[in-house]
Amino acid sequence: MKWQKKSSLRRRETMTGYLMITPLMAGVTVFFIGAFFQNIYYSFTDKSSFGIPRVVGLKNYVELFHDDSFYQALLNTILYVVICVPAVVILAVFLAVLLNSKIKGIGVFRVCIFLPAVTLPAAIGLLWKWLMNYKFGIFNEILGMLGAKPVAWLSDSRIVLFSIAVVFVWANVAYQVIVLLAGLQGIPACYREAAAIDGAGRIQSFFRIILPLLSPSIFFVSVTTVINVFQIFDLIYLMIPQGSSGTEASRSLVTYFFEQSFVKFHKGYGAAISLMLFLLILSVTALQMICQKKMVFYDD
Amino acid sequence: MRIRKWGIYLLLVLCSAGTVGPFLWMILTSFKSYEESIRIPPTILPEVFTVGSYQEVIDKFPFFEFYINTFLVLLFTIGIELLICSMAAYAFARLHFPGRDVIFIILLALMMVPGQIFLVPNYDIMVKLHLADTVTALWLPKVFSAFGTFMLREFFKGLPKSLDEAAMLDGCGFFQIYYLILLPLLKPALSSLAILTAISTFKDLMWPLIVNNSMEKMTLSAGLAMLIGEHTTYYPQVMAGGMIAILPMMIIFFLFQKQFVEGIATTGVKQ
Repeated sequence: MKWQKKSSLRRRETMTGYLMITPLMAGVTVFFIGAFFQNIYYSFTDKSSFGIPRVVGLKNYVELFHDDSFYQALLNTILYVVICVPAVVILAVFLAVLLNSKIKGIGVFRVCIFLPAVTLPAAIGLLWKWLMNYKFGIFNEILGMLGAKPVAWLSDSRIVLFSIAVVFVWANVAYQVIVLLAGLQGIPACYREAAAIDGAGRIQSFFRIILPLLSPSIFFVSVTTVINVFQIFDLIYLMIPQGSSGTEASRSLVTYFFEQSFVKFHKGYGAAISLMLFLLILSVTALQMICQKKMVFYDD
Repeated sequence: MRIRKWGIYLLLVLCSAGTVGPFLWMILTSFKSYEESIRIPPTILPEVFTVGSYQEVIDKFPFFEFYINTFLVLLFTIGIELLICSMAAYAFARLHFPGRDVIFIILLALMMVPGQIFLVPNYDIMVKLHLADTVTALWLPKVFSAFGTFMLREFFKGLPKSLDEAAMLDGCGFFQIYYLILLPLLKPALSSLAILTAISTFKDLMWPLIVNNSMEKMTLSAGLAMLIGEHTTYYPQVMAGGMIAILPMMIIFFLFQKQFVEGIATTGVKQ
């Protein structure tokens, strides 16, 4: 009798479990799992916007490996990562520590510095495009007042990548400051007090106590920033007009994917590019997970 | 000690100027006439204060529709996501059924895949369902969130099991435990997820640009992008459009600052 009751409870638990994950899994199966394999299939076809895609084997991949624009986009993307990730992480740690000071009016400063986190990238893009305008932009006006020559921020192929990186950092650091500030506030004051009693100075206590205790949050911020920068698109799309002199030098993998898939409608080729991006992100994330074991300190 | 304090203030003022300064320039430009905006040397404050650019940009672009669409997309995305994900999260955290862990690992793996992979196939699905170029297309694929499920599952796991056992003794079924007992306790986590979803949905650009093409079916984000495309040179108008687009989110941020900060912070605390 008792055994029977228990087994019917088991059955109900199983049934309820499946029922409750059904809505999610139905959507995930269609829009993510199905779409993922569909995308792999597309990468072996000549899919464009009309007509039935024809299977062309490895043609897209062969072309991709001989495509200079692809290598340029790959190189640009890696450069974005190399420039933006350290800049975002270091700046975010600095600002978080600064905003963690217990002084009057800190709330106002927090709001000011958090502001870009809730602003549309589209608005940030158009705003900075105006600031960096060659003829009438405020940056070149300021340079002019200092007696320097104007800089073609968004059309000089040697500078454009750097300009986009600056805007990316400006737009993305605030979000990470919020994450790190929460991490800082989670560190018990007793650690710092103990360090002070032992005679540690401020700098010493920061590098020896605060930084190691904050390392899980810093690791999290680094991983998400790496993933975000690998997918950099919005700002480039908004600030660099198609076919302008800055296009080649600023183009990222996602921008190239977008151009191929939705401007030129080479969707099969675009699918191959997106899969390369996936492999790249996958391997870098795996690498970071391995590093995590060595460099991150978990205080359990 | 006093010097240190003033040093901190100085740094704070400099950093705030760095973030607020560009926005200030945006506001000032939006109130200038076109001729004044391209004057050399530039004027700082508008000599003739005009709202003409706002008028023109509202006349030319359906900002009212952008607002409504953005609002609807946020409403549907957040509402349905919270329901679907919290249900699944409860099942993954509390119930035992064959295949549970395998399915959950598949969900986790999906979080590693960059969103661009799904764009073309999802667009095709929308076309097949005759949903391309509708507001529904903007939110439908976004509600099935692996991230949201993962996050809420962590919070469900943080609630004591004794709650379930006590409720069960009182005759609650599994669904009632989820709905009546645990969900109310999860309000902070649900509001965090709502805010994170709101921010990412509000900012999303590529999906609306791809799936919809009439201007009246765009969100603020995509609508603004089209505005740059068409009116590159009239900067006061572009700045006015930008102001109109970012103001609502900024006001909401000022009002619910605490919730915003807590929402974003939860992503970093949970490993």
